[in-house]
Amino acid sequence: MDFKFNAKEQAFYEELDEFLTSELPADWGNKPVRWPHDYAESPMKSEEDYEVAKSFIKKVVDKGWFTISWPKEYGGQGYTNIEQAIYDERMSYHRAPGGSSGSIAAGIVGPMLLRIGTLEQQKQWIPKIANAEMTMWLGYSEPNAGSDLGAVRTSAVEDGDHYVLNGQKCWSSGAHKADYSWMIVRTDPEARKHQGVSFFIVDNKAPGITMKPVYNILGDHSFNEVFMDDVRIPKENLIGGKNKGFYHLMKALDFERITLVGIGGFKRMFEELLDYVKSHDRNGEPMAKIPSVRAKLAEIATKIEVGYLLLWRTAEMLDRDQDPNVESSALKVVSTELARDMAEVAMEILGPYGQLTEESEWSPIRAMVSRGFLESISATIGAGTSEIQRNIIAQRGLGLPRV
Amino acid sequence: MNLDFNTEQKILSASAKDFLTKNCASHVVREARESAEVYPAALWKSMADMGWMGIAISERYGGTEGSVQDLTVLIEAMGAACVPVPFFTTVVVCGTALQLSSADKLKEKLLPAIAAGELVSSYALIEPGNTYGLNNIQTTAAAVEGGYTLSGTKLFVEYAQGADYFLTVANVEGAGLAVFMVDAKSSGISLKSMPTLDYSKQCELILDHVSVSNDYLLAIGDEAQSLLNAVEQVSAVAKCAEILGAIQLVLDISVTYAKDRTQFNQPIGGFQSIQHHCANMAVDVDSSRYLTGMAAWKVSQGLTATKEVSMAKSFASKVGVRICKLGHQIHGAISFCDEHDMHLFLRKSQAASMAFGDPEYHAEKVAQELGL
Repeated sequence: MDFKFNAKEQAFYEELDEFLTSELPADWGNKPVRWPHDYAESPMKSEEDYEVAKSFIKKVVDKGWFTISWPKEYGGQGYTNIEQAIYDERMSYHRAPGGSSGSIAAGIVGPMLLRIGTLEQQKQWIPKIANAEMTMWLGYSEPNAGSDLGAVRTSAVEDGDHYVLNGQKCWSSGAHKADYSWMIVRTDPEARKHQGVSFFIVDNKAPGITMKPVYNILGDHSFNEVFMDDVRIPKENLIGGKNKGFYHLMKALDFERITLVGIGGFKRMFEELLDYVKSHDRNGEPMAKIPSVRAKLAEIATKIEVGYLLLWRTAEMLDRDQDPNVESSALKVVSTELARDMAEVAMEILGPYGQLTEESEWSPIRAMVSRGFLESISATIGAGTSEIQRNIIAQRGLGLPRV
Repeated sequence: MNLDFNTEQKILSASAKDFLTKNCASHVVREARESAEVYPAALWKSMADMGWMGIAISERYGGTEGSVQDLTVLIEAMGAACVPVPFFTTVVVCGTALQLSSADKLKEKLLPAIAAGELVSSYALIEPGNTYGLNNIQTTAAAVEGGYTLSGTKLFVEYAQGADYFLTVANVEGAGLAVFMVDAKSSGISLKSMPTLDYSKQCELILDHVSVSNDYLLAIGDEAQSLLNAVEQVSAVAKCAEILGAIQLVLDISVTYAKDRTQFNQPIGGFQSIQHHCANMAVDVDSSRYLTGMAAWKVSQGLTATKEVSMAKSFASKVGVRICKLGHQIHGAISFCDEHDMHLFLRKSQAASMAFGDPEYHAEKVAQELGL
């Protein structure tokens, strides 16, 4: 085994790190409030921050890094998956806005279009995605189709040059701020459930779409219920062939699990916690001297290292055209459970101070721990629950029977 | 980056597994535990014929000068077979100590014999009431003309009755710790059996005014500290590899069993509870594999590896036993029986988890490395 970056990777790592350090405002790291990193877009507190984020993303796009692992002819850099992983790691470590790791369009839909889209579809969508000119949300879950995604009922019926959509999506993160969705829809009600669904790109502005906000555990408007009422979608927006949706879904989910890890965010959050422990007393003695605190932090540091190693392993397998079934699911399980574990440990270490919200002047570490305690609940549920990941590892990875 | 074995290591791993399947099936492990022989000499001899004892010894001493990574490839294969021979004590612990020391005359004498499989040695580091580290060494080495006189008691000395030499540590007044190789035939040495869970035939070693000549001193003072730290590092990585071999095998036999065993008219591997046990085992095995690989790589490259080694050892030590217990759970009642192999791995994993630092010991080292 050899864990060293090659010269090109090392150079990219350093160039990117330097870029992030110089292009982001010095206090930017104290702004994002997601635990431990931004899944999509961090809620921002001021117009000024939005402007900083927007112009930063433009610079990333101009560098060609927004779509670095895409082929050159599609506006990418043709970089390897290891380099993509380096990009995701550094971006999340610096809590940078709008990395492809925070972008459904560039992280999931773009790569899917490159795999299964027609030439016309690629021409239509790829430049806009590559230039960060459109944002997307994932239209997967429905009230009765969560882990059992094959049970989606939203239907699309052919009518001339169009499909007519009717139904409802839920847990639609960021749908209210996005331009389009990547939606899985039933196109053949007679077929067996996994054989009658297809992918569509759906314009949020299409008549017949209405949204209702759903406020999450933190009180943030992150989710939506989205209703489709006779929504007409051009036929060319069906991606990857009619009724072939489930064949492609597994790949789309793999992209989601790999690109959205944000492992650098774990490291950054851990460093913040570590700094706090090193510089504060508890009950009259330095926190860093308390044996249970030392043991707990050592365990979290080890789990973060595991997350890193599984990320490199997954990326390396993709570069070799191997299918990282077990590895990408293991990465998802390990990293999301780590999000909870790290919040739990931080709460235990901080004791009663951990529960303080940001309104209190007594709250340590920007009140991130009380937020993280709540926010990390979603990690092991979204993008395939931990239980679904374990099914995948057992069935696809270890070959145990599907009964 | 390449997180697989290289080509030579793949060949080494395959040939080691093949050899051990043929020569060290579980009945060999059971026969060894019953035998009056300290370890199966025939198995030791054929391992030596394969060139295994010299894998990490430099060419000038008759070895093949492989890296610590190469060594872990072999150890991993041995972990999957619970090999009942003093390879770890001789090759890993004593071989590393000698190799890293500057006792040239002693190296000339002992390393070629180790590489040839003609010399067996063990280590005697833990003292009554102590566990790990070098903070409370009570054994004394009194300086005398031409050498030292050692007195003290050491515990947990594996395969002691079959050893020709013991690597040990003692306090020299005014000079600090000193590391010696002590000839097992020296007068004043006595052994008392202290059987443990994993059949490794451990002994209490009493040193009663044992004379050791200067030629058998490996290091003294700060050098002794750093030599033993380096030995601990390589030994801890090797124990990680041993655990890895054992738990990968436990995962494999558990998955196979879950596919075969039928209850309620279906293979039990179709039940989600069993699938999730297996998935958890697989995730922990993989995590341990890359942590161990990272540690072995850093040590092999001569990079600072304190944090990585301790992360790997604390993690492997914890998940090793956990995985074995899940293996027992999946196999059910038969795994509680002596005739089944599961308990061999449980014993091996528990013993390895406590050798050269348990999870708490290594977690504390990680904490120190984090600047706490």
